[in-house]
Amino acid sequence: MSELLRRYGLPLTTAMTLATLVWVVMMVVLPYFVMVEYSFHRNLTVTEIGGPRDVYTLENYASLFRGTDLTAWEFSDDFRVFLRTIWGSALVTFVCLVVCYPVAYYLALGTSKERAAFMLVLLVIPFWINEILRTFAWFILLAYNGPLNAVLQGMGIIDAPVRWLSGSGGVIIGMTYAFLLFMMFPLYNAIETLDRNQVEAARDLGASTWRVHWRVVVPHAKPGVAVGCIMVFVLAASSYIVPYLLGSPGTRWFTQTIYEWFFEASDWPRGAAYAFILLGLCVAFIMVMMRVFKVGLTDIAK
Amino acid sequence: MKTTRGSDLVMRIYLVLFFLYLFVPLVIMSAATFNASRFPTVLPWQGATLKWFEALWADEQMWKALWSSVGVGIAVILVSVPIGVAAALLLDGVHKKARSLLYAVMVSPLLTPGVIIGISTLIFWERLGVPGGLHLAVVGQSSFIIAYVMLMVLARLQRFDRSLEEAALDLGATHVQAFRRVLLPHLTPAILSSAVLAFFQSFENYNTTLFTRGTDVTLTIFLASKVRTGLTPAVNALGLILISLTVAGAIVYEIMRRREAQRALAARKAAEREEIGQLAFGAG
Repeated sequence: MSELLRRYGLPLTTAMTLATLVWVVMMVVLPYFVMVEYSFHRNLTVTEIGGPRDVYTLENYASLFRGTDLTAWEFSDDFRVFLRTIWGSALVTFVCLVVCYPVAYYLALGTSKERAAFMLVLLVIPFWINEILRTFAWFILLAYNGPLNAVLQGMGIIDAPVRWLSGSGGVIIGMTYAFLLFMMFPLYNAIETLDRNQVEAARDLGASTWRVHWRVVVPHAKPGVAVGCIMVFVLAASSYIVPYLLGSPGTRWFTQTIYEWFFEASDWPRGAAYAFILLGLCVAFIMVMMRVFKVGLTDIAK
Repeated sequence: MKTTRGSDLVMRIYLVLFFLYLFVPLVIMSAATFNASRFPTVLPWQGATLKWFEALWADEQMWKALWSSVGVGIAVILVSVPIGVAAALLLDGVHKKARSLLYAVMVSPLLTPGVIIGISTLIFWERLGVPGGLHLAVVGQSSFIIAYVMLMVLARLQRFDRSLEEAALDLGATHVQAFRRVLLPHLTPAILSSAVLAFFQSFENYNTTLFTRGTDVTLTIFLASKVRTGLTPAVNALGLILISLTVAGAIVYEIMRRREAQRALAARKAAEREEIGQLAFGAG
């Protein structure tokens, strides 16, 4: 603080501190706490507030699991949606990693700097385009009478048009497309710092291509893999627009469940509890990735 | 780099497929705008038309949503840029221990899902008696956009030569003068580009806005609801316009970023040369 005062004087320091406090306290920390506190309330009518039912409860959290019987392999609707969200997001993350790795490697080490720079600009363009538009593009492509079915039929790969938008397939395809580049850039940045000579050395010493990647490139790219996976998983798990546009009632996402509790059932405390569960899922994933890949928060925020 | 011809070829094919995968959907979506068909599709092609642009132009709801988005974007700039600059300066000046904790809190909104930011903002203000609406969308969006501004300003701040500030103060400048005449000009490029970024981030935001908007409609909300209900190629026309704007924006931003990077490089080289010159002078 004394350092700040010396550099900026009292009025500026006060203004800076106040502005920062408004942000950190009123816009970040307090809303989190209020949301969590709210999630332990019952959904009460105005007359019930202050009455005997106005106590803290875990009901909203328990309701996610109500009706779930693991021994009989039965899940409540909301819990099934939750599991689908975890599984779907993990799948999207994995597919993004596999699809991006070769391209990121090529851009970082496999080609000249000028060529890589040009291709990176090409990559930046769709990256800037809104998630809704990227999803909408697939809405058109995957339509029953759409171009994809027409092309596949024309090539003789399928006999009859496929209903892409009635299963989870459309959602997974759309998410992979929408979040792919959030994997690409962290991966590229990480691989780019690898000294080409290390790859050359490994190859000269007789390592196979597979071994070069597994023992030299991938270990070096670990922070990038972690950051990319965190980005894609969090974006996928918390996506609303992709399942909204490309999904069907049978493929609801957890964000849609939360939205329904808020604005259709008007049960805000339960919506808040579910939102906190979603946040918990994302934080757990981030923690696991940070632990497994041994990266810090500073690496991620870049 | 020596690779066998075979794997080189596979890589090339893969890259071509990858870029096709990236761009073909966007091209098809844009092409569907010009199809006379009532539904947005390219097959069957029923003749080229511009009528969907006219339909979009005549859509009053679209204009209302557009102006809402622009208004929210400008408000977000006005909120985020000053707070982001203040937060960066504060973070730069506090003790090491406080810094890492504060840093973690400040970047946490960037890792928080947008829907959660929207929900927590909605609940917090509703409990204070403020209902949802465009104003709340501004608050919700700003809570994470400030973090972007803060990071960009902080990066620029790392390259600030503090002795300039010291010199100004020693020569009798007031703190406010030193700030306005020495530090602020140095930060201006970062402030300008963060303002552009803040506007874009706000303009294209959907997740946070979805929960905080009340009954107001921004352009992204309008777009999403149009796809689900009342889909005509007018939606594609809107998409095409937005894509064109984004591409133009992305190119301008790239050019600015590169020029800035080049300037930084040049400055570093000049400083090195000067150092070498001084060494040579000292030796002579």
